[in-house]
Amino acid sequence: MSSKTLTSGAAAPSVERPHRTARKVPTKQLLGLAGILGFLLTWELIPRLGIIDAKYLPPASEVIAALVVDFGLTAFWVAVGETMKAWFLGLLMAVAAAVVLGFIIGSSNFLRKATNSTIEFLRPIPSVALIPLAVLLFGVKIESSLLLIVYAAFWQVLIQVLYGVADVDMVANNTAKTYGLGRMARIRYVVFPTALPYLMTGVRLAGAVALVLAITAELVIGSPGLGREIALAQSGGAISGMYALVLATGLIGVLINMLMRFIEKKTLSWHSSVRSEVVV
Amino acid sequence: MQPDSTHAAPEAMLSVRGLKKVYQSDGGDVEAVRNLTFDLRAGELACLVGPSGSGKTTLLKCISGLMAPTEGEVLLDGKRVSGPPKKMAVVFQEYGRSLFPWMRVRDNVDLPLKNQGVPKAERDRLVDEALEAVGLSHVPRSYPWQLSGGMQQRVAIARAIAYQPEVLLMDEPFAAVDAQTRADLEDLIRIVWKKLGITVLFVTHDIDESVYLGERVIILSSSPTVVQEDITIDLPDERDQLETRSLARFTELRHHVYEQIQIAKKGHRPAAAGTAGAGSTPAAASGADVA
Amino acid sequence: MKTLKNLGYVLGLPVLLILIWWAATLGTVNFFVPTPASLVETFGEVWFGERIFTDVLPSIGRLTVGVLAAIVIGVIGGVLIGSVRWLRSLLEPTLEFFRAIPPPVLVPVLMLLMGITDTMKVVVIISGCVWPVLLNTIEGVRAVDPVLSDSAHTYGIDGWARVRYLVLPSASPQIMAGVRQSISLGLILMVISEMFASSSGLGFTIVQFQRSFSIPEMWSGIVVLGLLGVGMSFIFQWAERNILRWYHGQKEVENAA
Repeated sequence: MSSKTLTSGAAAPSVERPHRTARKVPTKQLLGLAGILGFLLTWELIPRLGIIDAKYLPPASEVIAALVVDFGLTAFWVAVGETMKAWFLGLLMAVAAAVVLGFIIGSSNFLRKATNSTIEFLRPIPSVALIPLAVLLFGVKIESSLLLIVYAAFWQVLIQVLYGVADVDMVANNTAKTYGLGRMARIRYVVFPTALPYLMTGVRLAGAVALVLAITAELVIGSPGLGREIALAQSGGAISGMYALVLATGLIGVLINMLMRFIEKKTLSWHSSVRSEVVV
Repeated sequence: MQPDSTHAAPEAMLSVRGLKKVYQSDGGDVEAVRNLTFDLRAGELACLVGPSGSGKTTLLKCISGLMAPTEGEVLLDGKRVSGPPKKMAVVFQEYGRSLFPWMRVRDNVDLPLKNQGVPKAERDRLVDEALEAVGLSHVPRSYPWQLSGGMQQRVAIARAIAYQPEVLLMDEPFAAVDAQTRADLEDLIRIVWKKLGITVLFVTHDIDESVYLGERVIILSSSPTVVQEDITIDLPDERDQLETRSLARFTELRHHVYEQIQIAKKGHRPAAAGTAGAGSTPAAASGADVA
Repeated sequence: MKTLKNLGYVLGLPVLLILIWWAATLGTVNFFVPTPASLVETFGEVWFGERIFTDVLPSIGRLTVGVLAAIVIGVIGGVLIGSVRWLRSLLEPTLEFFRAIPPPVLVPVLMLLMGITDTMKVVVIISGCVWPVLLNTIEGVRAVDPVLSDSAHTYGIDGWARVRYLVLPSASPQIMAGVRQSISLGLILMVISEMFASSSGLGFTIVQFQRSFSIPEMWSGIVVLGLLGVGMSFIFQWAERNILRWYHGQKEVENAA
């Protein structure tokens, strides 16, 4: 069979041979790098040109030099260690408490409703309100930091766990019930996997909050860590040193961010969608 | 390739000339559309069909000015299209994503006019008429997401109508709607088209729909796309879902279009690639033609 | 009957906790924990008086100005940066770094650059609170639905009209999430800047109490901060419910499907 208006199959060319175009340079990364360099350059120029007194804002080169010097000092790493210790312990305690309480409260409708008002009332209370209490109870010891960190991080994780437990597919849960899975087994095989993505989101948010509170406690109360070093540098007039430490905290913040996202990705590699943050 | 410009019909409302689109990617250049040339008369309802991947969406984006062609041009009422033209309205397939969810139905229909500075009294009139024309006078205060899919698409159509375009482009608008609603909407389009006298270019993958709706069906080849064939639909002017679809002529035309698309899918394309006349009428098929 | 039951849920646990507190402090005089009665009494003494005008209102004023300014700067900046792709690529790493710096460390820095003034305290709040709004706005602007964007473009809705009718509403859920973070951050920064570097304000007052071991007063200060936090949360939730009514409605419909 042949149609009136067509050539036969052999002669008609199909798709044209694609010709290679040059591989495009990753513009996005380059631009980002350019942005960072541009920022550093501006920072270098502003004090040098006298727009802001160099006494109060040392040029970028000086600050970075001070930071490099810090990297060689034991005292610096001790301070970093103290901050990280407080961060880690506080986060650990907060997550543990939030997971346990979250699962207990979340799995009972009654408990959920009964605790709702208390949670909604306590949650927005700023951790920093507890600073005087912390000073009173623990002085400048690490426990002061922990009090603040745990309080703030706890709520972040709790809220997410509650959302996670609430999201459990009723069908899956009921199916498990009909197969005779007891409460503990259901929690392990049905509830926990559903809640896990939420939990990881909570841990990521809590990780960031924990760092903020750790530094805050050290800054304001004087418990050991980078925050205290910053306060000391500022009051002692070591301005470049202070800025260097500020940069250091920023770098730690970025690292923690990356670490949290990495952990989240690893634990949820089986999960088809990386759930976006619940807008709380 | 030089476009054949012998068909530069002066009364053409929409003119596509030698349209070519090449996409550049890391893996090399991909020629999506090779050469498309056709004209639409003012007030014509033409349907565009083609196999999957025949560049229908690319073509529509070029015509509507959302994308620039690599070569060739589109003329609307004689003027070259370089960005979305004022006298053209587009109805997309994804109705849920083409309406503003933060505005009520009425405000959605009203917005393009408001944006053009049309005075309120005039706007109200146009919006009311448009909503009535699509049968949605009773839901102006609803939000789009409170409505069913078919109703949402009606809102999109109302918005296009109220805008008073000269050309209406429709990109597979009923593909995501259930069959019964689709039938209603098809009839709605014909009613609106006749009443307002606008020029409509209706893109679809549904062969039956293209034959039922159009005065003319332009069949596209597979990528790199050219016009495979351009058919005049000589069905009676008054179309009815039941009556018209049971006509023998409907079946013939439908059959012919289907055949052409099958051929297009296999990668065959016409010798005189690209140009289309105002439409040729396929002869009534005899039994022997079917191979 | 239903409202009574709901009321029971709302008040049940809090009342229970207060009762436990009361019972625990009955009889003995604990240095660290005042009795409920003495706390209420102290609260009235301490806060309902001149202090409202010398400390509380100025603090709240600075906080409000700071947060509002941060929101405005964040939204405007976010729309600009989010709409220009190369600008976004240029600035994003730098902005992400700034966001990663724990905001409290800016207190000593700004103290150095600006001295201890009211302006400095407001700038501290702005400099910390702008990031969540800015970065969330950029994200929201970037994520405008392409079909919706095309629709608007075909109808000639461009430029400022596009920002007003398309970009801002589309990004508003993201922006509101950023605003929420900003508000809690603002409160923290307000307190810190006053605890660390100030001679007046809520934060300073509370620290004073603690330093002079005026324990019930200190607790009353904690309660005030708590009330402030809760109050701001309520206001935000009310605003969010109104601004994002369409969003919540849409989500409900989607989830039901």
